[in-house]
Amino acid sequence: MKTALTRRDFMKVSTLAGGGLLLSFQTGNALAALLPKDAEVFQPNAFVSISPEGLITIMAPNPEVGQGVKTSLPMLVAEELDADWTMVRVEQAGLDTRNFQRQVAGGSGSVRSSWESFRKAGATARQMLLEAAAQKWGVPVSECITRNGFVIHQPTGKTLNYGALATAASGLEVPQEVKLKDPKDYNLIGRRMVNVDAWNIVTGKMPFGLDTRREGMLTAMVARPTFGKKLKSVDDTRAKQVKGVKQVIVFDNKVAILATNTWAAKKGRDALRLEWEAEGTPESTENYNTAFAELIKNTTQEPKRNDGDVNQALSQADKVLESVFYAPFLPHAPLEPMNFFAHVREDGAELYGPTQTPARTRTEAARVLGLPEEKITVGMSRMGGGFGRRLQADYSVEAARISKLAGVPVLVVWTREDDMQGGYYRPAGMYRYRAALKNNQLTGWHLIAAAANSANASRENSFPAGVVPNFRVDSHNYQSPITVGPWRAPNHNFIAFAEESFLDEIALELGKDPVAFRLELLEQAKTNPVGHVAYDPTRYINVIKTAAEMGNWGQQGVKGIFKGFGAHFSFGTYVAQVADVSVQNGKVKVHKVYCAVDCGRVINLSGAETQIEGGIIDGIGHMLYGEITFKSGEVEQKNFNTYRLIRMPDAPEIEVRFINTNAEPQGLGEPGLPPIGAAVANAIFAATGSRIYRLPVRLPGEHSKRSF
Amino acid sequence: MAQYSLTVNNKTYQIEADARMPLLWVIREIIGLTGTKYGCGIAQCGACTVHLNGNPVRSCSIPVSAANNQKIITIEGLSADNSHPVQQAWIMEQVPQCGYCQSGQILAAAHLLSRNPNPTDADIDRAMMGHICRCGTYPRIRKAIKTAARLMQQKASVK
Repeated sequence: MKTALTRRDFMKVSTLAGGGLLLSFQTGNALAALLPKDAEVFQPNAFVSISPEGLITIMAPNPEVGQGVKTSLPMLVAEELDADWTMVRVEQAGLDTRNFQRQVAGGSGSVRSSWESFRKAGATARQMLLEAAAQKWGVPVSECITRNGFVIHQPTGKTLNYGALATAASGLEVPQEVKLKDPKDYNLIGRRMVNVDAWNIVTGKMPFGLDTRREGMLTAMVARPTFGKKLKSVDDTRAKQVKGVKQVIVFDNKVAILATNTWAAKKGRDALRLEWEAEGTPESTENYNTAFAELIKNTTQEPKRNDGDVNQALSQADKVLESVFYAPFLPHAPLEPMNFFAHVREDGAELYGPTQTPARTRTEAARVLGLPEEKITVGMSRMGGGFGRRLQADYSVEAARISKLAGVPVLVVWTREDDMQGGYYRPAGMYRYRAALKNNQLTGWHLIAAAANSANASRENSFPAGVVPNFRVDSHNYQSPITVGPWRAPNHNFIAFAEESFLDEIALELGKDPVAFRLELLEQAKTNPVGHVAYDPTRYINVIKTAAEMGNWGQQGVKGIFKGFGAHFSFGTYVAQVADVSVQNGKVKVHKVYCAVDCGRVINLSGAETQIEGGIIDGIGHMLYGEITFKSGEVEQKNFNTYRLIRMPDAPEIEVRFINTNAEPQGLGEPGLPPIGAAVANAIFAATGSRIYRLPVRLPGEHSKRSF
Repeated sequence: MAQYSLTVNNKTYQIEADARMPLLWVIREIIGLTGTKYGCGIAQCGACTVHLNGNPVRSCSIPVSAANNQKIITIEGLSADNSHPVQQAWIMEQVPQCGYCQSGQILAAAHLLSRNPNPTDADIDRAMMGHICRCGTYPRIRKAIKTAARLMQQKASVK
């Protein structure tokens, strides 16, 4: 029995020695299946495995984009396995739809969708190790327990480590039912665990997509059209003369330069002489803004939600408040630009790189390559951010197209300028809110939204839906040539800003404290709900009260620092925030943010904290600076010199508190972002009397009610 | 194309490259050290930061010809055994999210601390404001720099 091996010893064990316990997650359910020991039939990326040396390898099936799932999901397995975390090695799995479910980084859904199945997989392995030990000792299983990588026979104190039991356990029947731990016995869940890739990251060893290197690989750069332009003519004479340039391929209204390195590919692309011509009318920012302003004047045929009679409420009101909020296009701008590796052969293809949706990548690649999906493998690199951009498959499919046409393995590299201009942007939109006030009550609420290429630009069930007797949401879809896509907390990322700002305006009009006003409405949601209530008012109230207490809401603070409040429910998680803000000479400074979160059970506490902190910083940065504008179809902000991202001096101190609860875990990658815009904007109003209607914030003055 | 001699992480490389090829691509694609990252190509984000003769520079905007016969340290060479106090502090404060910018952040922080063992918040703002972290790890970077400063002071007092 080996008991004193250090992690360093185990890290040297690179292959599974003969035998060992191997488990996989079966499609569609949480049962783990014992696989035969013949290595040739294994599907290695689907296993939890334990080597005879005690090394536990847990596969991380979901794409890692910085949200921490490569750490938190294996923690679920290790918790129920009662593993010694120092003996656990985590490996990134590739796309494997037979063995894994929902390999997606999106919708803040990884933990939510894996919570049951991952724990059961761990518990199944643990149960088999218990039975193997009991057989070995000839004692009843009921006399055995597990602790930190060992099975212990309680009456005698005999112990065996998991490695010593792995081979025996692999010969046992897989139990159909397993018992999950009582949460009070958790050793890992809820603790602060170090990101499993952290050491590789801080030493520069962690490979990202752009670091992919393969035998015979060429690097490609692509000349792409701006929005609404078509390739008219190509002169590649000079491009082909650039040393290192191997091929020039014209395809799909684009031109690819393949070269022996990135610099040569870029020089080759710069040397292309291309003519583009307009297809239709390329769009400029004033075009869509004018269109939005027109659309929000009228309702739609099919409201997204319609409680009571909002027209009657507005016509019978003592007072009607009306505000229009404006959302600009935003790029995702992950720090690692788009890139993907593809090697397309006649009989199949290998795709590898940063993707939030490997399954979509495979499906779309299969379609353009004319290959069956089972002939295509998709591997996932760690991603240098995504924020929704890598939910798209345009850049990975483009790599596949180029590899097929060129007949070589290829890494397609986008420059920052390509990335900023070739986006699937957060849609621009306009949100017109009206509130009916009667007898000092909020009796009606009407939102008419219009946004680019958005079937629904709203979140119609978002609070205060469920408490206002006459509540209507209309949403116009404005067709634009500009491509749009999900951007961290889609719709929530702007709706929360607009509705929580408008709620403050209403509270002010009614002479009520903004926090007290929200609490009063949520009490009504408990006692007198209207229509479908998509949130739990009690949990909402709890985070609001907690944040208010953390942020000393209602108390006199430091002179010159003003408080603003915002709260929002998204992806199953309740978040409330108080922002301490000062405004001097038109410059907004966020000093501190207090944030209360109810996301159900927290898995990795430090991972959870970083997600909330990151969401807050992201939200502040984009509200202060983020805007993409267009001129004749061309993006005007092409790099970080003209597109401003938040930097160190603007980052506030952040205090996060999670509500202690036994509720099921909910989303965390996105919910921290939505409320901060309103919390900061409401504080700006407290500081200056200027209400922010248009993002990004521009002070002073011009943002008080304006027409668009 | 011309011949250049670069000393990267105390090892000397003789390489051939276009004189205008940015040092970033030489390090990543000729020498083969990929810890130095491409983020913007115009010295705005700091992901490509390396130490050139002890000073942090943006390798995306320095042609290889300007680095000939000079000493370069990349993230891979910051410490012989990966135990630089800044790297340790980055783990202790759990800084990385996606991790892509952290090579540059760490090299900037290491340089700051080599000149200023006890930086104030304003010092940290100045030293780090050239580095973009799209995930928003700034508050943790600030904490980690202070932690690293303490680690370095402890180390110094043990010696």
